[in-house]
Amino acid sequence: MLPSRYQVRRVRRENADTFTMELTASDQSGSVSFAPGQFNMLYVFGVGEAPISICGKTRNGLEHTTRTVGTVTSSLGRLRRGDVVGVRGPYGSCWPLAEAAGRDVVLVAGGIGLAPLRSALQTIVAQRPLRHRVTLIYGVRTAEDMLYRQELERLRDRGLQLYVTVNRATGSWHGNVGVVTSLIPRVPFDPLNCVAMVCGPELMMRFSMEELIKRGVPEQRIFLSLERNMKCAVGFCGHCQFGPEFLCKDGPIFRCDRIRRWLNIAEL
Amino acid sequence: MQDLETIVVHHPFWQNLHQRYSHFLGECAGTQHFAPQQQIFQTGCEADHFYLIERGRVALETPFIPGKGVIIIQTLEAGEALGWSWLFPPFVWHFGARAIQPTDLVVFDARFLRQKASEDHEFGYELAMRVGNVMLQRLQATRLQLLDYGQPR
Repeated sequence: MLPSRYQVRRVRRENADTFTMELTASDQSGSVSFAPGQFNMLYVFGVGEAPISICGKTRNGLEHTTRTVGTVTSSLGRLRRGDVVGVRGPYGSCWPLAEAAGRDVVLVAGGIGLAPLRSALQTIVAQRPLRHRVTLIYGVRTAEDMLYRQELERLRDRGLQLYVTVNRATGSWHGNVGVVTSLIPRVPFDPLNCVAMVCGPELMMRFSMEELIKRGVPEQRIFLSLERNMKCAVGFCGHCQFGPEFLCKDGPIFRCDRIRRWLNIAEL
Repeated sequence: MQDLETIVVHHPFWQNLHQRYSHFLGECAGTQHFAPQQQIFQTGCEADHFYLIERGRVALETPFIPGKGVIIIQTLEAGEALGWSWLFPPFVWHFGARAIQPTDLVVFDARFLRQKASEDHEFGYELAMRVGNVMLQRLQATRLQLLDYGQPR
């Protein structure tokens, strides 16, 4: 439960309110191994902790993409190279990469929901000869809000089918305009032999899930990454309870059929 | 090359329509090609055609708004239907449509379809249900867009 000390090695701005931070362990106690989809608790000393998904790995450290929305994330956003943060983790469940082998893979992301999918996407594209089509359907507010733009271009060159849609077309945008769910019926993949991984605002995930089911994807092959207020991250405090599950230790990634009925209960 | 009747009945909009309508639909349809940036129809003009997208991408857009320009509301692609103002009075387009890629459309004479629908209620029911389904999908998409759910969480 004690956080390890990590040093900020680099901060890269992704868009107006989102940044990616590379962290390396200040001593040998810090772990740099994780499974795609897991998260760390990042602790800004004197401010507080927040769960942030691990979005990638570098030679010596881990990357976290964060959007500034509250006190802790705003403080994280003010950190610079050499500053120290506390890190606990990695925690939580991961994306079903083994289950995805040999099948089409469809990733549906909304906004910063691409961050928890990023390392899964990198792994899947790297293993593409073992798989069929790999598709990313990505919805953002405007083209300027897109994350990892150059990296996505590189992955497209390596076989990723990339579909981006914006809520508002600005500047010279000539791509899709509209909601991410409207692309699900259009995109080519085999619904009966695919694994779908969905991450984004909860409303977007619910509608994406319904569209995927309508398209014929079995519920058992749809995975969602949920988010609730978290505190301890190890299933003690109950802050992130969701029906019979705890998001921190049973999630954040759940198979659709395990949680679908809980999604419509307002009290949860 | 496929004949027009085959193209029409294989479009997802007419999926599972009774065969007896195939010939009629083939007869009242034509095809049109639009180059990128070419206007398909404009806000306020008479909605006298119904379009199905066979290939390409079309932007639905507002008229010019001072200070904001033309705003694209939504893009539509192959397999989708374009427009429903042709089915309801006053038969005037509420928004404009412009091709943003080389686009092939199947074009129906709206008056012909409306007349057939009023004479043959079974066909009218089929048509209304199909257009209604398109409207339902667009309404749901618009609601989600209004909630701006695409914003980072």
